Amino acid sequence: MRRAKGLGLRAEGMIENVTRRHFLGGVFSAGAFVLAARVMPDELFAQAPAARSLLSQVEKSALRPSIYLGIEPDGTVYIVTHRSEMGTGIRTTLPIIAADELDADWSKVKIEQGIGDARYGDQNTDGSKSIRDFYDAFRLAGASARTMLVSAAAAQWGVPVSECTARIHEVVHGPSNRRLGYGALATAAGKLPVPSAAQVRLKTKNEWRFIGKDFPAYDLSDIVAGKAMFGMDAKREGMLYASIEHPPVLGAKVRSINDAQALKVPGVRQTATIDAYKPPLMFQPVGGVAVLGDSTWAVMQGRRRLTVDWDLGPNASFESEAFKKELIATVHQPQKVVRAVGNVDAEFAKGGKTVEATYYTPLLAHASMEPPVAVADFRDNKVTIWASVQNPQATQDTVAAALGINKDDVTVHVTLLGGGFGRKSKPDFAAEAAVLSKKAGKPVKVVWTREDDLKFDFYHSTAAVYHKAVLDGSGKPSAWLARSAFPPIASTFEHGARYALDLENGMGLVDLPYELANHQVENGPANAHVRIGWFRAVANNYHVFASGSFVDELARAAGRDSLEYLLELIGPGRVIDLKPQLKGADYWNYGAPLDKYPIDSRRLRHVLEVAGEQSGWGKRKAGGGWGMGVSAHRSFNTYVASVVEVEVDKTGRVRVPRVVQVFDAGLVVNPAAAKQQFEGAAVMGVGLAMLGEISAAGGRVQQTNFNNFQVARMNSAPVRVDVHQVDTDNPPSGIGEPGVPPIIPALANAIFAATGKRVRDLPIGKTKLI
Amino acid sequence: MPITLTVNGSPRSFDGDPEMPLLWYLRDELGLTGTKYGCGAGLCGSCTVHRDGNAVRSCQTPMKALAGGQIITIEGLSPDGSHPVQQAWMKANVPQCGYCQAGQIMQAVAFLRTTPKPSDQQIDTAMSGNICRCGTYQRIREAMKSVADGGRA
Repeated sequence: MRRAKGLGLRAEGMIENVTRRHFLGGVFSAGAFVLAARVMPDELFAQAPAARSLLSQVEKSALRPSIYLGIEPDGTVYIVTHRSEMGTGIRTTLPIIAADELDADWSKVKIEQGIGDARYGDQNTDGSKSIRDFYDAFRLAGASARTMLVSAAAAQWGVPVSECTARIHEVVHGPSNRRLGYGALATAAGKLPVPSAAQVRLKTKNEWRFIGKDFPAYDLSDIVAGKAMFGMDAKREGMLYASIEHPPVLGAKVRSINDAQALKVPGVRQTATIDAYKPPLMFQPVGGVAVLGDSTWAVMQGRRRLTVDWDLGPNASFESEAFKKELIATVHQPQKVVRAVGNVDAEFAKGGKTVEATYYTPLLAHASMEPPVAVADFRDNKVTIWASVQNPQATQDTVAAALGINKDDVTVHVTLLGGGFGRKSKPDFAAEAAVLSKKAGKPVKVVWTREDDLKFDFYHSTAAVYHKAVLDGSGKPSAWLARSAFPPIASTFEHGARYALDLENGMGLVDLPYELANHQVENGPANAHVRIGWFRAVANNYHVFASGSFVDELARAAGRDSLEYLLELIGPGRVIDLKPQLKGADYWNYGAPLDKYPIDSRRLRHVLEVAGEQSGWGKRKAGGGWGMGVSAHRSFNTYVASVVEVEVDKTGRVRVPRVVQVFDAGLVVNPAAAKQQFEGAAVMGVGLAMLGEISAAGGRVQQTNFNNFQVARMNSAPVRVDVHQVDTDNPPSGIGEPGVPPIIPALANAIFAATGKRVRDLPIGKTKLI
Repeated sequence: MPITLTVNGSPRSFDGDPEMPLLWYLRDELGLTGTKYGCGAGLCGSCTVHRDGNAVRSCQTPMKALAGGQIITIEGLSPDGSHPVQQAWMKANVPQCGYCQAGQIMQAVAFLRTTPKPSDQQIDTAMSGNICRCGTYQRIREAMKSVADGGRA
């Protein structure tokens, strides 16, 4: 038995034939087979889902040795993806693993999207951990089914199991060359006991047919044909549409409403209030006034004619420009120590060449192309949701709390997500739809406008980070101080929280892998005046923008090549144990066990070296508007080095002709999808560094749409992103997020190389470069 | 007076709010949900369709302006995703989340019709009104160039 530490989950090798226990209600077609590979707390697995009438196709299959996998007598293999598809390919990549171990014919595999259900284990598609945490379970699901099919065939033929092998959707008896298809065997196999993990032989690497091969997305043809179903496309008979006027300032409360003009708009049926949240925020709706009616257009028009008088509350004092100064003042004062080795103060007192710099990054919005959207159908004190959510179980919890009903009475269907980037793990919009459906007595679809999306996000936090180092005679830092301040994610879960969580400190602040005799890291307090959430790569983005830029500043102060200097700073290849250096903090390691996923400087060095080779680093002299920048960082247990090349023209306009992304994520199940993620990460990184900013005045977010919240477009994105996958025998680690952080300092460093201008405030676009 | 138009070849008659953008007529009334809402302000291109062969932003095109118009949406581009641009999109494995891709494809198809052999610069100019938050731009360019080069999937 293996324990996934820190997750409260058990990845259990033992698989049970759930058909026999009648555990799943027995609605599967007679003689179906479902394999219940268990990655969930035992107590949840043991709960009979009495209230549940909705069974997955897997649960209805003839052979079902796992909750993730079932086989029907016609040979169709159903595989549940319990994680949300927002563009990473996970809906395809997890099933590949089970299908490979099953030795399935991929054309006979049907993928089913799992509803929110604790029996699937963790469904929060977040933290780049779907493969890391479910690789073993999906392998076991496929291999257990294969083992049972082989046993069933051997029994049918009356031959030893050892003479039978699985070969692409059938079992073959070697000596007689008899064959039986998986479909023909499913019913008999479904009657066998599920083997223990020890009885199941997993394929060896050279037997893999799918794992490690390029797979296009399962939904690819539907997407290009316009047939793929996103949350925006969900529809229920008799449904009303709703557009919600949210509080203009976080925490504002309705004083009075005049909906007379709104109700005159043809197609508008009614208005309804949504209660303001009660602290802490959690994922509750912020509150507001909804206009409901017959079409999206009607309710958007009605909303424009709605007059709401708000009591704005204390956050109306929030000014992002003044707040920036506060953050910077905070990092210029001593703060809470979270990592310490040696004595930086003593070393600084000795004097020497000192370098110090303060970096700032603004709030950012996720701005997925599909804004938050959900359909809810409340009836008989139960509710069914169709929504593009990253976390259907949190959606169950949030909706249940909003309606005062049981979690089991909330069914959440996950559609495809039109982007997520962390925003859609907060299901406030689904709770809004549920509350409105209950009030209206009809199914309701809540559609956020782009303006709503930008103004009422759970923002990527704004941060200031200060670095100071003193260099020894060889140019290496003999002491290094790092200090951060930013409104923490904790503020969403604990009203008034002001200090970073271990989770945030562990993302690029306390985990710098440099060999330093004297190193101190501090975190200062900051109040949140807007909802703070997590955005692709989270705190790594601002921490690594600062540290990755500072390393470049040190290299230049030392008169050294940036890449060579970075390699020296990382030092010799070794496994780094942070624990003895952490003060009052713990290193969470992205929720992964440190023995399986240690911090290994050899891997970081290697991706850097490859990036140097692939980019042609050092072959062309920088300056005159051309330059390259480099950075490297381990996040989500994956090692990434980025080299960004820039051209800055005489008007100061920045063009990025090429980015080189090198990653070591251990075993990569679907290299095609990984490549796409690292390409996209480079585009997003360049976009947010050049253009991204959410600002506030009087507590109101000032950005309204893509005219003033700029994101990368084709003419501002990197022209070419070359991705290099480094294959190692390490277990699989994150793919979706780790490509972003090093891009940001690599870009700033490239701009310095090209122009001599050091940009320490994002977005870079606000600084005149020439 | 109802407004008459054709959508994907079928004659249609509309007598609702003449100010309503085509986007919502397509999505809410006709159930053609392949065309997506992204910004409602003509800033992102997710809602791009063809009007008389030209790419237009359906969120900025009121119904009253469509009398006699011939509208083609992603659903009408080909019955089965077999249009060369759709095929090129699949071959280049362009989409990530896929939400913006119908708009990207409609924009690309209209552009390639008038500019069959575009330069990179022309592609950038033509496509920069279409945002992809996943960042698939280089594959979009690759797919468009493969069509321009006569490449069929």
